[in-house]
Amino acid sequence: MYTTIAAISTNSLGIGAINIIRVSGKDAISIVSEIFSNKKFATAPTHTIHYGFIKDEEKIIDEVLVMLMRAPKTYTKEDVVEINCHGGSITASKILELLYVHGAVPAEPGEFTKRAFLNGRINLLEAESVEDLLEAKNENARKMALNGVSGKTTKLIEDLREKMISLLANIEVNIDYPEYIDELQITKENITPVLTEIRSSLQQIIEESENSKKIKNGLNIAIIGRPNVGKSSLLNALLEEEKAIVTDISGTTRDIVEGTITYQGIDLNFIDTAGIRETEDLVEKIGVEKSKKMQETADITILVLNNNTELTADDRTLINQIENQKALIFINKIDLESKIGKIESTKKVIYGSTKTKKGLEELKEEILKIFSLEDMSHKDLTFLFNTRQISLAKQALQNIDHVITENKKDIPVDMLAIEIREAWEYLGQIIGEAYEDELVDNIFKRFCLGK
Amino acid sequence: MEYEIIVVGGGHAGIEASHIAAFKGHKTLLITMNKKNIGDMPCNPSIGGTAKGIIVREIDALGGIMGRIADISHFQIKMLNNSKGPAVRSLRAQADKTTYPQNIQKELENTPNLTILEATVEDLIIEENTVKGVVLSDGTNIKASIVILTTGTYLKANILIGSENTPSGPHGEPRSNYLSDNLKKYGFTIQRLKTGTPQRIKASSIDFSKMQPEYGDDRYWTFSFDNPVSYKINEQQKCYLIYTNEQTHKVILDNLDKSAMYGGYVTGVGPRYCPSIEDKLVRFKDKERHQLFLEPESLYYDEWYLQGFSTSMPRDIQEKMVHSLNGLENAIISKYAYAIEYDAIDPLQITPSLETKVIKNLFTAGQINGTSGYEEAAGQGLIAGINASLKLEQKEPLILKRNDAYIGVLIDDLVTKGTAEPYRMLTSRAEFRLILRHDNADLRLREYAHQVGSITEKQYQNYQTRLQKLQEGEKFLKETKLKITSEIKEIFEMNQKEVPTTTESLYDLLKRPEITMDFLEKMLELSIDNQTKEELEIQIKYEGYIKKTYKEVEKMKKLEEKQIPSDIDYQKIKNLASEARQKLEKVRPISVGQAARISGVNPADISILSIYLKKEYSKDEKR
Repeated sequence: MYTTIAAISTNSLGIGAINIIRVSGKDAISIVSEIFSNKKFATAPTHTIHYGFIKDEEKIIDEVLVMLMRAPKTYTKEDVVEINCHGGSITASKILELLYVHGAVPAEPGEFTKRAFLNGRINLLEAESVEDLLEAKNENARKMALNGVSGKTTKLIEDLREKMISLLANIEVNIDYPEYIDELQITKENITPVLTEIRSSLQQIIEESENSKKIKNGLNIAIIGRPNVGKSSLLNALLEEEKAIVTDISGTTRDIVEGTITYQGIDLNFIDTAGIRETEDLVEKIGVEKSKKMQETADITILVLNNNTELTADDRTLINQIENQKALIFINKIDLESKIGKIESTKKVIYGSTKTKKGLEELKEEILKIFSLEDMSHKDLTFLFNTRQISLAKQALQNIDHVITENKKDIPVDMLAIEIREAWEYLGQIIGEAYEDELVDNIFKRFCLGK
Repeated sequence: MEYEIIVVGGGHAGIEASHIAAFKGHKTLLITMNKKNIGDMPCNPSIGGTAKGIIVREIDALGGIMGRIADISHFQIKMLNNSKGPAVRSLRAQADKTTYPQNIQKELENTPNLTILEATVEDLIIEENTVKGVVLSDGTNIKASIVILTTGTYLKANILIGSENTPSGPHGEPRSNYLSDNLKKYGFTIQRLKTGTPQRIKASSIDFSKMQPEYGDDRYWTFSFDNPVSYKINEQQKCYLIYTNEQTHKVILDNLDKSAMYGGYVTGVGPRYCPSIEDKLVRFKDKERHQLFLEPESLYYDEWYLQGFSTSMPRDIQEKMVHSLNGLENAIISKYAYAIEYDAIDPLQITPSLETKVIKNLFTAGQINGTSGYEEAAGQGLIAGINASLKLEQKEPLILKRNDAYIGVLIDDLVTKGTAEPYRMLTSRAEFRLILRHDNADLRLREYAHQVGSITEKQYQNYQTRLQKLQEGEKFLKETKLKITSEIKEIFEMNQKEVPTTTESLYDLLKRPEITMDFLEKMLELSIDNQTKEELEIQIKYEGYIKKTYKEVEKMKKLEEKQIPSDIDYQKIKNLASEARQKLEKVRPISVGQAARISGVNPADISILSIYLKKEYSKDEKR
């Protein structure tokens, strides 16, 4: 226990308004002092809270509150510092990285608790349960902690790599032992099916990963509709505050108004847009253009319709327009007489009222359902967390796509092997495998050759 | 008696080492236990093979003799992997076990500055951690500035047949009893390795009619870039393919406990790629048959080599095993298969120049370094010989990088990762194999060879002529446009190739996978010689892939350029994982690139190491 350890103590998704980074060990205070702007911190008394900025040399990373707890009255009985930074995993990772650069080391899973036991803070019974936990956490768990990849994702990627290496080892054996014709001879015909299968799994991982990014950054939801159907009222009802100006005169909301709520741990950024209709009013026109643009960049669109009036041509245009997008239809004002008639749409239709708050809960649930994010914060996640990992997966996908295309032409297998190997290495980097001799080992494990 | 360089051992490593040292003008002594065995091929009767054939061409490009002697000593030659792409093609020759050693011996006898002595080296003369010469078994001291050990499988060798364990070198030659103990005394870590060789069968007792013949290529090849062809295609000898069967497997499995390996009589670690037949059966239970090859050893005696049947079973079981094979029912075994165990040093104790870290001016090459194979040995021998000479000349050593040559990959793997089994080269070990081709070995290496003075002026000129031809050829292909006349169109259509829509240069046309030089020649005269055509076709057709490989090379080079000072104290680097620290201490890599290739050193450790180097380096700058 000569090292000083650090880890993010809040959940690894970085959901929520703040993240806590815990640092424990004899250098905890001095390490934090090196990146913390508050100069009084290092010499301050124990169990105090300090305000300031985390800085990477001159660059400000985040505005934080830092708790100082000197040994022995701490969880680990060592000096402990907890940095409360803003939510979102990027900031927290950056701070963690800084701590590592200044001498802290990554904490193993359960290591804070382990230290608590070893330093006599908790008893054996408690410690045994921790031991169980530590033992249950196998190599995968360690990698997951180190790389920020969940066990399930690691398993998935390992399976893909396994398929690739078995293909590669076979190609290599054909190359290194060309006269052993009894071994399966890999040809153009049997490369493509294997790769196509790998391709689709990889594609799925990437899609899910991009969804997961939404969890961290929140979903952008554009509220659209004809003027005066109650878009701003819907926004206000969702935000439960009077942010958008709600009036009965059509075209009031000429600018974009937005607000964020956190629903089941996921940020929902609602964006109210100017009512969309054909108009001659210049100011309003600008607003309409803006809202169209907004709608294009949003993750999801909510089309608001008025239950109390018949469908207009504008309404029908909008219904058609959202057909190819991720979208929901909210029929407002069901407390009033229904004149709207039947809605021809494949999109989910929710009936409600911004006045009585009916349908709002359902609306929020449906938003998450569209991204299959219903119970994301509890789920074992099957995707990649950070941009680096996603981009590695994309690079692998690109390689595989290229091999599939090239394989249709007269490209010899040794060229194809180069790219398959490259893809295999990219995936290895995601899960922290960088064992170079793996391929050679596999050749000998799988094939029987030699003098 | 005093020499500049002494080479101990007359195998393929010792031959190249002593030849190149003498060629470079250094007074060299080659000591061997038996002059007649110089250049002997104690195992398979072939030179080259996948990856190995490329090594032979690299040896030739660097001034070694294996390629040009093989060219005049074989009775069959073929290009392997012709269909699998240019990166993995490799030559293999069935070399004659009688004429190959004879031609080698002739070559060495005609090499000025080289003396050959028949004797056994028992010890080294060491003063202040520096080698000063060797001590022979009769007590004679011979002094030299540099000693190169190429002792093969002779160090404390034991031959194993069933439960019999005989202290002996290969084929009953005397072994070296004391040298490895003395090396241990000087601080070398000695490991015990194992290899094996299959039966030799009397040709007259083989029924070839039951076997499938294997032929040489019907076009001419040479390993050497300098020598003309000296054989006739239709005078090549056949080899044969046969298979094991149910009966063979029964004999082996019923007698497994009698084999030296499974009876527990072997302590050495055998190679995975070269398992004995009993190993193959145990590890791959589901395989109904295994391939075996029968290859003639020489045109001057009638023994055939039974490749794939290496075993450490007792003789009576071997009889039964061989007789179970189709066509070998009445075979007479002239030599039984055996396993051989021998001492080798831990290659982590040598530097990339092949000088040892333990004793100054002492170089090692070949099986003593933990490798297997004639070509791997010769490649190292050549580099050891060149670097020993360069050291005498007070010049920087020649260290081939992984993107320069298979020989570079081989040595880097050895000194970076060590080896727990005899190391055999495979194309899969070379991450940049697309640029390490057989066809461009001279283009990759002749410039280096010229710089270190290991080739003749004539050899260098050959290379320059080739460069010139390539330039002219490329210019011609770029400047010559193919006009799509109705006649040309017809040729394309007749050959079921897509007709170009516009006039394109031949160079651009060749980029299409389906357009070859041969096809272009159907339409116009190229007036480019075959070798140049082949080279240009590869360079043009696979340009994209080649560029990609070079990008990877650049990435690696960046890490290679980050040098690690030789006096670095790994204890001072905080936060290194303890396994990484131990490995780094042991290997003492010369660059961050090399450090990254050490197994057990993780990317995190590499970052920590890089940060440390940066900090230390910038401190120096401030000072």
